[in-house]
Amino acid sequence: MVFQTDVPQRLKVNDFSLKLANVNGTGSSSANNLLVRAIFRMGVPVSGKNLFPSNIQGLPTWYEIRVNKNGHVARARRYDVMVAMNGQTYESDIAEVVSGGYTMYDSSWPLDKALIREDVTYLGVPLAEMCNDSFHGPRERILMKNIACAGALVAMLGLDMEVIAQLLTEQFAGKDRLRASNQTALRLGYDFAAEHFDHPLPCRVEPMDATRGSILIDGNTAAALGCVYAGATVAAWYPITPSTSLMDAFTKYCAKFRRDPDTGQNNYLVLQAEDELASIGMVLGASWAGARAFTSTSGPGISLMQELLGMGYYAEVPAVVFDVQRTGPSTGMPTRVQQSDILSCAYASHGDTKHVLLFPAHPAECFSMAATAFDLAERFQTPVLVLSDIDIGMNDWVSPALEWDDDYVPDRGRVLDAAALRELEVFHRYEPADRQAVAARTLPGVSELGAYFTRGSGHGSDGAYTETPDQYQAVVDRLTRKHAAVAEHIPAPMVADKAHAPLGIVTLGSCELPVLEAIEILAAQGVVADYMRIRGFPFGAAVRAFLEAHETIVVVEENRDGQLRTLLTLETPVPKEKLESVLVYGGYPMSAEEVVDGVTQIVGS
Amino acid sequence: MPSIVKPSVTNPGLERNALGLTMRDYEGGMSTLCAGCGHDSVTAAITQALWETATPPHMIAKLSGIGCSAKTAAYFARGAHGFNGCHGRMPPIATGASAANRDLLCIGISGDGDSLSIGLGHLAHLVRRNVRMVYVIENNGVYGLTKGQFSASADVGSTTKRGEANHLQPIDPIFLGLSVGATFLARGFSGDKRQLVPIFRAAMAHHGLAIIDVISPCVTFNDHEGSTKSYLFTRQHDVQMTVTDFVPPAEEISATIPDQGVISIPMHDGATLRFRSVPEGYDPTDRAAVMEHLMASRGRGEIVTGLLYIDEQSSDLHELGNTSAQPLTQVPFEKLCPGSAALAEIGFR
Repeated sequence: MVFQTDVPQRLKVNDFSLKLANVNGTGSSSANNLLVRAIFRMGVPVSGKNLFPSNIQGLPTWYEIRVNKNGHVARARRYDVMVAMNGQTYESDIAEVVSGGYTMYDSSWPLDKALIREDVTYLGVPLAEMCNDSFHGPRERILMKNIACAGALVAMLGLDMEVIAQLLTEQFAGKDRLRASNQTALRLGYDFAAEHFDHPLPCRVEPMDATRGSILIDGNTAAALGCVYAGATVAAWYPITPSTSLMDAFTKYCAKFRRDPDTGQNNYLVLQAEDELASIGMVLGASWAGARAFTSTSGPGISLMQELLGMGYYAEVPAVVFDVQRTGPSTGMPTRVQQSDILSCAYASHGDTKHVLLFPAHPAECFSMAATAFDLAERFQTPVLVLSDIDIGMNDWVSPALEWDDDYVPDRGRVLDAAALRELEVFHRYEPADRQAVAARTLPGVSELGAYFTRGSGHGSDGAYTETPDQYQAVVDRLTRKHAAVAEHIPAPMVADKAHAPLGIVTLGSCELPVLEAIEILAAQGVVADYMRIRGFPFGAAVRAFLEAHETIVVVEENRDGQLRTLLTLETPVPKEKLESVLVYGGYPMSAEEVVDGVTQIVGS
Repeated sequence: MPSIVKPSVTNPGLERNALGLTMRDYEGGMSTLCAGCGHDSVTAAITQALWETATPPHMIAKLSGIGCSAKTAAYFARGAHGFNGCHGRMPPIATGASAANRDLLCIGISGDGDSLSIGLGHLAHLVRRNVRMVYVIENNGVYGLTKGQFSASADVGSTTKRGEANHLQPIDPIFLGLSVGATFLARGFSGDKRQLVPIFRAAMAHHGLAIIDVISPCVTFNDHEGSTKSYLFTRQHDVQMTVTDFVPPAEEISATIPDQGVISIPMHDGATLRFRSVPEGYDPTDRAAVMEHLMASRGRGEIVTGLLYIDEQSSDLHELGNTSAQPLTQVPFEKLCPGSAALAEIGFR
């Protein structure tokens, strides 16, 4: 049952990667989750990335776990352990195993020839056989096979069985039968592995204390909580992968926190719209009426929202949009990652439009940037788009614990109440009294004195219809100034420039981890680089200063066309030729290796 | 073209409503529509209904899309906020506004292009959600602002000014509404204000979405011989199914229609809707029967008007969502934010 290779595997404590190859729709996610959570609870930095197909059942799906004591948990491209459970992908799966690595397979059947490699050790566990003997019905047998597999991995990776038992207790609280069958399956796998193989493997987990104070959370859940905490009351959406779980989580936490204990009534309303044109329309209507309102969507939804986003910009109506990006163009690859909506969001809609963007890099920022987004949207009376992606949104990340300042007061911007309106000689919606970039707005239902006609058609500073050049330009020129004024309110870029190197690496969002890891690897190879992660648009002085201070700048991002690079050349004075690109856009999360290769090519040439 | 400001000259002898406001106070900007446009008559009927019901102007939210109809939202209730959105998108914008502040009286003004072509999907879903609002379709069978193309409500055989006939089947908002669960459906004619005003008043009191399809002839592009949406054709083919009277809460019923054969429907706010069926046995609370009646009328080439269907019992958007009685815009932030302690309790470990 054990095919032992002669290629030695060196000891890799808390520093290895593992990949589980499965068929989707067989319920492998709870087993995957169990493993990652156990490693996390053992205090060891870990990531779990679900590479799943846009499909319900029958296609290949993978789950990648990377364990790294130094916190480098970006995607690895080679694996120490492969769990090969899907005959459809044996060939490509086995090719990704490191020399001297391990492959676990279901030895209920003979080892498939396609899986055989001289330099890999095979661990056969008769999962199907064991589960057929112990469980009844095809559904339970298939589900428990995954748990039994996890049990074998618990033994082989040296995971703490007590931690696992505790997780099962929590997961199946009040569901004793399910807990028992999971426990049985886990034990089956564990005992078999413990009895038949040397364990744990050289790549193993040992307890550390590196995750204290951290949480394990996905970005969509964090963003949803951020919206609850920021006081959003109206949410409108249309189901679309990978943003659906954001609204699911918002609904869940609203049910928990927003049901008035006295009346039993809801202090929120979630509207499942007929399409994304409607969902952004509902958000604009609700924001116009004075609520904090948002929608969550992905690329195709952004395309559909263009017209009304332009109206929000021109008529100066706040809106918050979470765009959990996926691979485009068109339908693209709905369950794969890209950062390819940057330009279509920055300039969404026809005519001269410019929007405010935020780029969270991890779940904690998805949470904190929700309040930032609502504050900016209301302060500047304009749509704000938060560009997350499926990697941040749907994968569990070890994240700093979410923090909330109880002294937070929402920035509702300039809104005139009835008393303030009575003080005014006349109310002009689009004419700031103090020549600032933002004029005060009024809400319906407050006072006749604040009544005005919100329109996407040409209007002057008084809000009335116009087709007169001067009146039209007075408004759109102020919008230019207003957009520029947002820059200093955008979260400052994260900069690491102590090296004062001539080379600067600029990135955004979920590229953070692979880029930081790559910078370490490059430094070890003698290539020193400063670092800047941009956290929003319009770009502020700190972004411009970094671009100015470096001779060569490499912009690392996940799209084909270098959209962040383009935005930087359009919206800052940086000379275009100073910016180089490293682009990863095949749909899988970026790895440090890709960044190192890309930067080396640029610097070396 | 700048907007035209209406001079605010008030005759001191004008009658005042319960709020002490005159009809002038419910007017808006000067209309820039063509002289004789049906839409201006609809505006006048809405203005009168708002004045009669003594609705506080600041509690009205006027919403519209794009088209000639959309402009009319600027021509009444100058003391109300208006939102002139994008083409066909008024229903979701109104849904959002109503979701945020349930105390607003949302009045949506739309047209046949806005509601039955580009925004047809939104209209159908607005009906399904039963958003509490008045939804007026100023229906003239033609695209006016783009100079006379057929709209989706144009009847088969109706001709353009140049004599070209429409061959496509029309979409009838009343049939659409019946099929997707509308709770208030009426049809009026811009030329019959006496019929329209009580319908608007009933619509404002209705517990849910009230759709009023108003045949509102386009004098410039669709009022010629051969058009089935002209003043003349509508007058010749108008068949009233019901005669409606509306009695506000706490007001004695002083009938403007003869008592004989009158049916009274209590409205949610305590008002009473009274109507008399013109064809004997027409029951606007029986969806299947209404459908049958209207199908037969259509077969006879009639343009049926009056309150055609009403269901005062179905839940509206906020009941379906179990939303707080207090408008969401007024719920204090302390009640919305669970605070740091709750966040720590969630765990995520």
